[in-house]
Amino acid sequence: MSVSKPLPHDAARLHVTGSARYVDDIPSPAGTLHLAFGQSPIAKGRITAMNLDAVKAAPGVVAVMTADDLPFTNDVSPSIHDEPLLSDGTVNYVGQPVFLVIANSHLAARKAATLGQVDYVEETPILTVDEAMAADSRFEEGPRIYEKGDAETAIDAAPRQIDATFEIGGQEHFYLEGQAAMAVPNEGGDMLVHSSTQHPTEIQHKVAEALGVPMHGVRVETRRMGGGFGGKESQGNALAVSCAVAARLTGRACKMRYDRDDDMVITGKRHEFRITYRVGFDDDGRVQGVSFKHYTRCGWAQDLSLPVADRAMLHSDNAYLLPNARIESHRLKTNTQSATAYRGFGGPQGMVGIERVMDHIAHDLGLDAVEVRKRNYYAAKADASGQKDNSTPYGMQVEDFELHGMTERLMETSDYAARKAAIEKWNAENPIVKKGIAFAPVKFGISFTLTHLNQAGALVHVYQDGSVHLNHGGTEMGQGLFQKVAQVAASRFGIPLDLVKITATDTAKVPNTSATAASSGSDLNGMAVKAACDTVRDRMADFLAERHQAEVSDVAFSDGHVEVGEARYTFQEAAAMAYQGRISLSATGFYKTPKIEWDRIKGRGRPFFYFAYGASITEVAIDTLTGENRILRTDILHDAGASLNPALDIGQVEGGYVQGAGWLTTEELVWDNQGRLRTHAPSTYKIPACSDRPDVFNVALWDEQNREDTIYRSKAVGEPPFMLGISAWLALSNAVSACGNAYPAIDAPATAEEVWAGVRRVRDGI
Amino acid sequence: MTKIHVTTTVNGDETEFLCDPRETLLDVLRDRLNLTGAKEGCGTGDCGACSVTMEGRLVCSCLVLGAEAEGKDIATVEGIADGDTLHPLQRKFIEHAALQCGICTPGILVAAKSLLEKNPDPSETEVRYWLAGNLCRCTGYDKIIRAVMDAATEMREAS
Ligand code: FES
Ligand code: FES
Repeated sequence: MSVSKPLPHDAARLHVTGSARYVDDIPSPAGTLHLAFGQSPIAKGRITAMNLDAVKAAPGVVAVMTADDLPFTNDVSPSIHDEPLLSDGTVNYVGQPVFLVIANSHLAARKAATLGQVDYVEETPILTVDEAMAADSRFEEGPRIYEKGDAETAIDAAPRQIDATFEIGGQEHFYLEGQAAMAVPNEGGDMLVHSSTQHPTEIQHKVAEALGVPMHGVRVETRRMGGGFGGKESQGNALAVSCAVAARLTGRACKMRYDRDDDMVITGKRHEFRITYRVGFDDDGRVQGVSFKHYTRCGWAQDLSLPVADRAMLHSDNAYLLPNARIESHRLKTNTQSATAYRGFGGPQGMVGIERVMDHIAHDLGLDAVEVRKRNYYAAKADASGQKDNSTPYGMQVEDFELHGMTERLMETSDYAARKAAIEKWNAENPIVKKGIAFAPVKFGISFTLTHLNQAGALVHVYQDGSVHLNHGGTEMGQGLFQKVAQVAASRFGIPLDLVKITATDTAKVPNTSATAASSGSDLNGMAVKAACDTVRDRMADFLAERHQAEVSDVAFSDGHVEVGEARYTFQEAAAMAYQGRISLSATGFYKTPKIEWDRIKGRGRPFFYFAYGASITEVAIDTLTGENRILRTDILHDAGASLNPALDIGQVEGGYVQGAGWLTTEELVWDNQGRLRTHAPSTYKIPACSDRPDVFNVALWDEQNREDTIYRSKAVGEPPFMLGISAWLALSNAVSACGNAYPAIDAPATAEEVWAGVRRVRDGI
Repeated sequence: MTKIHVTTTVNGDETEFLCDPRETLLDVLRDRLNLTGAKEGCGTGDCGACSVTMEGRLVCSCLVLGAEAEGKDIATVEGIADGDTLHPLQRKFIEHAALQCGICTPGILVAAKSLLEKNPDPSETEVRYWLAGNLCRCTGYDKIIRAVMDAATEMREAS
């Protein structure tokens, strides 16, 4: 069987030869035009006059469009129609698209886009959390509140309390392939769109609205993305819609890609959070009650901010049974890029909140931080008698808690106790370079919290030569989804993988798909593909059984062969016979996740089918004179259930950890007081490089299967490992705490400056 | 604007093209020569996705003008394999699953090949620092380094 084999990425050979095609590599039709946006230079205001003569007269320019030239809907929002493609007269952030240039080259379009003369009446922008709270500038009528028990009373009654506030920065996706799309006009006003998107159906939907045609008039194809990470869930809409309206206007193919600076200035990022916490606990470090306030900077449009902020609330417990908890979430509207989906979708911010609390409690009591965490863990199983509470703050019973065993195993394999002692000795002897070590567990809920999104479709054809054509609604962004799903198909038919062709995601083959997001790709699409394969396989089995006067249960598919009693055919022969026997060899498959139901207003229900777990330990060294730091060693144990493909899953774990550590350490977004993003290129925004990789990096998969009935008992693995990076941030805090007695109170990201400031706080009290 | 006529060698083949004086070598490769293996990740010399070699020297093709290629020898990812036979680095990248979305892979292979040509026996630290100018957002780099080290070993043993 090809499931569970550590096979490389399906397109690996194309990647290493440079022949894998991303949107910008697709040969474009002759006469293809290129687009660029003229952008708002101010964060808030009204347009009073627009003179685009110089733009129109610039070399190579074919046409210029403003909101008035858009034939139908002027909207690219994935949620509440509050995001015009081109400014409707007001501007709400620096970088907002105001007009669209159509030119005969990418460079000509970009140069012309800087020539617009637009007059604005400037208004005072709302940029910060404080400004937004003062102005009550928010989405939804007021804060969302999820509660369990009575947190305030429990905190007051506890032997000890802590009250604190800290900041968590946002994060640029920095998918190495920037946003890109190409629209090719077809006959009769139909439109073919190639888009680097995680959500082809939404692109289809928004393009159809913008062209005033039914969705059947638009076909969207996505073969692969050069990275997505959530940044291509909704942020590709503007490019695809622009290409489509420009193609409609000019009758020519139109292509748009953002240059890196434009990409960083225009598109949304991970949400920034301020979190305040108040916790009451006993002398052993057991939490009695905790109260969080989340202040979430959502930017100017709603986009996906509500479910992101919800998911942050839903991960405010992480791995811990909180007897009393209250989470209050403010979704603040500011004049900045509209923050959007990013790997973990708010979960990481919520989790950082409670991990900060655990760290603070351990420091307060002088206890080992791992011990404090273990004391607060959920029980391994929900108590069947219902006597003992094992419920989350939103009322879901935790039935599959793996972390007791995982923590124990990781403590052993990483040699935690001895290393911790060695670090204490080192710190006692070395005044300048201090070391730190920290552990962080992860419990991440799997399923879209918008329940109806938990569905998927697939289309499978078996050709008469026995080759298989596979299609499903998931998109490939590097995570290896296509390979995993192909492994499922090959296993269902008992054939070698090279008989299975994986084809580009295409809205004309599988309709009404959900975004490839929420780590759901292989769970949902794997199951849909399995259903489709089983339909075809069962038809073949029925046919062969009848022909051989055998029972259907006697037909077996394995090793590239089909056996019926005594007879044995190659799969190719069986397919040819079935074809000649007039058996349909094509089927669709469908899947919807069972067991879930969720009321996001009440904050009650079972939003997740199951949880994925992980645990990491990071060791760091800091230079107390400069704040510079390095990750010395990382040990990870991650739960991918019965892995569909350990090579790809370990890749997700390593990449997720490094990206998560980057978020909390070097990746700092800086806006100036006029709302301009000052870190809009890799020259100023630092993602981890090869030289930042931990010197020692041990990654292993936990070998338990999923307790829920998922595809071959595997678990989703896209997002959960991202949060393993939290241990890097905690380790830096731990190293800083070696400089004195005070709690370091490190904000995220813990840049070198922040570490240096932390050292001064702890050592010198400043 | 008058175009410049450039004669150069790309992956061993003599090539001619006309380009705008301001056009980068990256744009020439991608848009005029249909060699789309080199990618634009930043356009400012910070990500390495556009890496090629010019006269054997590793360069960011987004920082080189097309006109500068005159009379030079250019090598891109498309020239690394020998027909259908993959270079050891390419094979090792596949074997070690050293890629995810794959868009950084061409640049990293060009850079790694240029390292091994200069230094067939690099230490892990040398590999890490040599590749520090090639960003990868997906993999976390671990498998990339293992693949390069493994390819270096195989190439030394074969020579
Ligand atoms: S595109 Fe040339 S270095 Fe990034
Ligand atoms: S594999 Fe995606 S950037 Fe390296």
